[in-house]
Amino acid sequence: MAYALQQLINGVSLGMIYGLIAVGYTMVYGIIGMINFAHGDIFMIGAFVSLIALLLLSAGGLMEGPAAILLVLVISVAITGLYGWAVERVAYRPLRGSFRLAPLISAIGISIVLQNFVQVAQGARPKPSEAVISGGIELMREGDFTVQLTYVQILIIALTLAVLAIFTVLVTRTRLGRAMRACEQDRRMASLLGIDTDRTISLTFVIGAALASVAGTMYLLRYGVIDFYIGFLAGVKAFTAAVLGGIGSLPGAVLGGLLIGLIETFWSAYFSVQYKDVAAFSILVITLIFLPTGLLGRQEVEKV
Amino acid sequence: MSPILELRGVTMRFGGLTAVKDVSFAAGKGEITAIIGPNGAGKTTLFNCITGFYRPTEGEVLLHGAAGTTPLQRLPDHRIAQAGVARTFQNIRLFAGMTALENLLIAQHNRLMAATGFGIGAVLGLSRYPAAERQAVAQARHWLAATDLLDRADDPAGALPYGQQRRLEIARAMCTDPQLLCLDEPAAGLNPRESEALADLLRRILAAGTAILLIEHDMHVVMRISDRVVVLDHGSMIAIGTPAAVRADPRVIAAYLGEADDEESAAGAAA
Amino acid sequence: MIAALREAAIAAAVAFGLFVLLVGLKTEPGSAGTLILRERFGDVALLCGLVFTGRLLMALWRARRAAVEPGAPTRLAALTGRLGSWLAPALLATALLLPWLPGIGRSELDLGILVLTYVMLGWGLNIVVGLAGLLDLGYVAFYAVGAYAYALLAQYFGLSFWICLPLAGILAAFWGVLLGFPVLRLRGDYLAIVTLAFGEIIRVVLVNWTELTGGPNGISGIPRPSFFGLPFSMGGEEGSFAAVFGLEPSPSHRVIFLYYLILCLALLTNWVTLRLRRQPLGRAWEAMREDEIACRALGINLTATKLSAFALGAMFGGFAGAFFATRQAFISPESFTFIESAIILAIVVLGGLGSQLGVAIAAIVMIGGFELFREFDEWRMLIFGGVMVAIMVLRPRGLVGTRTPTIALGERRKISAELVQEGRG
Repeated sequence: MAYALQQLINGVSLGMIYGLIAVGYTMVYGIIGMINFAHGDIFMIGAFVSLIALLLLSAGGLMEGPAAILLVLVISVAITGLYGWAVERVAYRPLRGSFRLAPLISAIGISIVLQNFVQVAQGARPKPSEAVISGGIELMREGDFTVQLTYVQILIIALTLAVLAIFTVLVTRTRLGRAMRACEQDRRMASLLGIDTDRTISLTFVIGAALASVAGTMYLLRYGVIDFYIGFLAGVKAFTAAVLGGIGSLPGAVLGGLLIGLIETFWSAYFSVQYKDVAAFSILVITLIFLPTGLLGRQEVEKV
Repeated sequence: MSPILELRGVTMRFGGLTAVKDVSFAAGKGEITAIIGPNGAGKTTLFNCITGFYRPTEGEVLLHGAAGTTPLQRLPDHRIAQAGVARTFQNIRLFAGMTALENLLIAQHNRLMAATGFGIGAVLGLSRYPAAERQAVAQARHWLAATDLLDRADDPAGALPYGQQRRLEIARAMCTDPQLLCLDEPAAGLNPRESEALADLLRRILAAGTAILLIEHDMHVVMRISDRVVVLDHGSMIAIGTPAAVRADPRVIAAYLGEADDEESAAGAAA
Repeated sequence: MIAALREAAIAAAVAFGLFVLLVGLKTEPGSAGTLILRERFGDVALLCGLVFTGRLLMALWRARRAAVEPGAPTRLAALTGRLGSWLAPALLATALLLPWLPGIGRSELDLGILVLTYVMLGWGLNIVVGLAGLLDLGYVAFYAVGAYAYALLAQYFGLSFWICLPLAGILAAFWGVLLGFPVLRLRGDYLAIVTLAFGEIIRVVLVNWTELTGGPNGISGIPRPSFFGLPFSMGGEEGSFAAVFGLEPSPSHRVIFLYYLILCLALLTNWVTLRLRRQPLGRAWEAMREDEIACRALGINLTATKLSAFALGAMFGGFAGAFFATRQAFISPESFTFIESAIILAIVVLGGLGSQLGVAIAAIVMIGGFELFREFDEWRMLIFGGVMVAIMVLRPRGLVGTRTPTIALGERRKISAELVQEGRG
């Protein structure tokens, strides 16, 4: 019981990270109908920027604790958002309206570039970092097994909820959100109505990258070790989350992220750690085959 | 009249929406049957039920073909084509990057495939394939000539002008040797001279032994060439009969007058 | 000019933002196991300068080109079209004579073998992606199935290469059908991501099923191929290749033999593809790429057509895998990562979907170029990715974008890329 509760806590905090990345996939897919293959690597960039910013702040001895983390988040969001913008500008925008495979190949190319750029710039070895926040609350004790909710997990859950709240307001209440939804419905019509679609799409990428960078920071705080390759697996899993929740649906992405996080955690805890990635991939395959619109997606009727 | 196609209580629902409600009628052998109705009356949905793109929620679609009666609603769509029902599409669906001739050969895929020993024999050069291909090219040539496209045989289908694309799609459907040809708005976008040529073509297809079922907006065309007209409104069949009888039916007039659209004037003019 | 300068300044500012932390500060393991930062702001300045100049030159070049010759891309297309008619025979002749050309040593032949392996993989995948329009991102799975099939059959049952080669192909084709079944209804990007997942599942199983596959350590000591039963051995003893043909024993015999082996396998792939393209099955693949719904209306069984494309593509992947295993004598899951699938797909798309010649050229350029940059080691993947993006941006339809009709009443004319669909399946 206690063991299961602990897994639940771990699964939810992992799921929040996947959910934040998944929102980026779902947004970009909704607005331009392509899988942003490099999104997982944007998450990786976010984690690296956070690491460097964290080291910079602590090396200067300027700040510690919550204030440092907040500043790290701001730096990470700004720089990773810039990466999102640059990727869209360089690799996707010139191919808009081109045939469908071109952006996909271009995205794979960018993904290779980002991974190897970080490898060249920062080295291939995993980067361990010291725990910035340690400790936690002891929730319950059963025999010699204690269920712990760590402060990092609390931070992850609180921060994700806060970020998602801001994001929801952004999408539902602001001009930019309306423009994004209009582009999603019908891009040509939106541009005829005077919406700058290029700018809207750019901002979609920036917002997606910003959310992924928050996920990157949290990943760093939670696991403490990052390398240039973490983006691939995290990306595929987050994409699975987006598909599971119903691609194009923002609440669906978060829900899908939570489910993937829970499934992965429980699978590792009760079955096999080695095959935990197989679990995620299998869910992806099963969802697409039996529930192609996902849990919260819209049903599409085939037009003939 | 001996029917080629018979619909019995066909109903199609999408979620809560009933697009086609309890439609029953028969299309005769050697006849042109037209389905008309205002926009959103469920014409294309009904067509998709007949040709297997949708599976009707209720009801039966029976093909009384040369090989006996086939219940189409149980077949996957490619089997329906093999059973002898060919169709065209409202928004033309040609293989745009392939030539007109290639389009017509793909229509004869199943026959050619059988002649190749399902692909394996032909790779090794062991089969009766060359003869089968010659025959297929001859049939394609026949329909290219019939649709006046012989000189465009080697042009990509996507590069043909609109009217020629419409004709090529009919030629392609005819290359499957259908017993029933279903045309979704074949005259849409054609100029008067082209519609005239289309009417001619349809009569020749009929004479060659293929019955025709068509959806059409152009009332002039419908009234002139159809043997029987089925009128749909809001998914239900409100009238069936000869063009003259349908034209005089008060419910039909009401359905068209009730809708502020350009069909109104078309129906009015036809009446 | 002012506008160009402004654009370049903006680009440099963006570059500064991108690079200031990730390049400017390098994380290094310091004392006591913690990370320390080393500053490299000189490199950041250099990169920003490069971006500034690059962007400036690009803006100026664009302005000039717009003024002088707007029709340049079409000229290029015409040129490749004219080159095409003699390029293919020339490439084939070069490939056939390569081991005997002056200046071709062992390392050059090894490179040739590597390039031909990718040509073969590209041609195999071209059946699935180029002709049938099914976007497959997990092609490497079949390559792995072929390689492991040969390695395991040889190890456990002592079967020879020539028996295992067809078995590897058949096994891979079987997997192709098995993986093809569940994805029949999926379209486009979804299909891509599911095939990617399949590829990864197979790799994870290879890594973890240690008893059978040796796990991450792989399988070593895979038997080398014999010359139809005659082993290549250095001793020149009775019954070896050198002894039977009365040659001086030399290690290059085997390399030359492997070279011709992969050349034959690649040409077999090409021959089957070209032949099928002119027959109903190949035409149905292309029709499916153009419009699935129209295919259904014409009575084409999409299930059978799709599965046949998956199976055939997978079979050639399996052949290539068995060849890879016998050539390396060692395989491990490392060789079958997602990046391999991406490279093969990139070769197909860069070459021009469906074009056999384009795929061959793309394989030569990408793999050959990749090997040329060997001394740059960790930089070369970076450049590789950059080239992928650049080619897509400049020529989204690939090098050879035109399509040749499979049959004609009169003269066969090339069909321009704009009309050819890329496949929604």
